[in-house]
Amino acid sequence: MAQRRLRVMVAKPGLDGHDRGARVLSRCFRDAGYEVIYTGCHQTPEQIAAAAIQEDVDMVGLSCLSGAHRYLFPAVKKLLVEKGADDIVVVGGGIIPDQDFKLLYDAGITALFTPGTTLESIVEWINTNVKPR
Amino acid sequence: MEKANKIKGGDVREASRLIRNLEDSIPEAKSTIKHIFHFTGHAQVIGITGSPGAGKSTLVDGLIEWSRKKGKTVGVLAVDPTSPFTGGAILGDRIRMQRHAEDPGVFVRSLATRGSLGGLSKAVGDAIHIMDAMGKDVILVETVGTGQQEVEIINHAHTVLVVLVPGMGDEIQAIKAGIMEIADIFVINKADREGTGKLQRELMAMLDMSPIKPGGWRPPIIKIGNAFEPSEFEKGLDELTTKVLDHLEHLVKSNLIGDRVRRKTTHELNEALRAAILEPVLKVLVSTGELDRMIDQLLKKETDPYSIAEEVQKKYLQGCI
Ligand code: B12
Ligand SMILES: Nc1nc2c(ncn2[C@@H]2O[C@H](COP(=O)(O)OP(=O)(O)O)[C@@H](O)[C@H]2O)c(=O)[nH]1
Ligand SMILES: [Mg+2]
Repeated sequence: MAQRRLRVMVAKPGLDGHDRGARVLSRCFRDAGYEVIYTGCHQTPEQIAAAAIQEDVDMVGLSCLSGAHRYLFPAVKKLLVEKGADDIVVVGGGIIPDQDFKLLYDAGITALFTPGTTLESIVEWINTNVKPR
Repeated sequence: MEKANKIKGGDVREASRLIRNLEDSIPEAKSTIKHIFHFTGHAQVIGITGSPGAGKSTLVDGLIEWSRKKGKTVGVLAVDPTSPFTGGAILGDRIRMQRHAEDPGVFVRSLATRGSLGGLSKAVGDAIHIMDAMGKDVILVETVGTGQQEVEIINHAHTVLVVLVPGMGDEIQAIKAGIMEIADIFVINKADREGTGKLQRELMAMLDMSPIKPGGWRPPIIKIGNAFEPSEFEKGLDELTTKVLDHLEHLVKSNLIGDRVRRKTTHELNEALRAAILEPVLKVLVSTGELDRMIDQLLKKETDPYSIAEEVQKKYLQGCI
């Protein structure tokens, strides 16, 4: 009767206080049947990476609307890799200009979602691309 | 064995993975937990229960801080409810403890109830063993906090804290219904609020009427003021942690610690037997469709559940009972 359930973390790195999106997503992920760990605002990349490992999540979702994603998203991915957790998928969302996509993808961020993306399409993407490890 | 040794050595990733495998009922997890069992028995386990919003997670954060200052390592198991509709869960206790995320002496793991009653997750007992085997000195277990049936925690903790807040109206009601028996210590949280005196008096009256606990322990009532006033909060925490240590000493001195451990062990064996004996039988009954046929028979009132249970017993446990 083994049954894997997807575990995901929603985190807000940096000083950005726009948490509405992160809260909406947390609820949406719960309704999609995932176990969601929400860590709240003002997290350092170190805190996020450590928590992701302690919680054994399959995916870390970073939300940033302040413009600091260029530094913060890669930092989280790098720390996870350093800790041997390169199998944890990292995705991001928020106010992310098109010209930053390449930098973030190159840094190992698997997908990016900007304002206007429907919740359904986000869940559909996760269901297709993130498998419980 | 290799995995168990890694966990004993403090490998967080391996430990969290094993907890996950136990939650997900992955068969391989069993062989590792068998080894883990031999590394346990050193940690002090403290349970924290009380209504949602009572301030349990905030209190756990305070207890982590206190333990770290004393040089003790800490494991936290924080349980939140699974949605019965979607099977998903938002595990939010961790928000209040994130300042410790980077401290290698602290390991916080959130668990969802996944339909188990009693305020905990079915994996919680094994998760305690895992953190114990990792060498954590103190393990804090925060329950869901939905109220009356939350008595499972006494099967796991050495000391149970029941957290109440003044002015919620129904707290005494909830206590009457069963929490009273499990409390080793009462905590009145947010004690800067109106109604604290009233709640304290009501609790004392209730304690006066309750049967005396084994060894003559009378649950103390600790008031903890505003968590956002560091000096006030620390004063309350000092008092609380002193009582927690007193309680442990009381258990040891009056030889009750053995009873607690025995109760925990009995509970574990019960659970293991249920998993080993009942579940395989149920699995056969489900896969052969027999269970459905039985339920049809019951619905038509052709037989009764007791006769069916006897038949199943005869068939699967023949000659044994
Ligand atoms: C509401 C809002 C606020 C509220 C925030 C309330 C709250 N608690 O969240 C308040 C009024 C407090 C606020 C304050 C500020 N704001 Co403001 N705010 C907005 C606004 C209008 C909407 C944001 C929102 O809630 N959207 C709804 C949610 C559901 O959408 P979302 O977060 O974008 O998420 C979606 C996607 O981006 C994606 N997504 C996002 N994160 C993630 C994560 C994962 C894992 C995934 C899968 C998907 C995903 O999925 C979601 C669904 O599609 C935006 C403008 C805009 N149109 O975005 C400005 C905006 C974000 N704010 C802005 C600014 C500048 C500020 C202030 C600095 C203003 C000031 N000078 O004081 C402050 C800073 C506050 C702080 N502490 O950080 C700028 C940011 C500019 C930039 N980055 O270059 C914006 C873009 C406005 C603008 N056009 O200038 N703000
Ligand atoms: N006024 C006040 N609020 C508190 C105190 N402790 C916790 N809270 C707040 O009460 C809410 C619930 O706290 P939490 O620890 O998550 O409660 P839990 O659901 O029992 O775990 C949060 O908003 C806390 O900030 C306190 O001592 N005083
Ligand atoms: Mg809590």
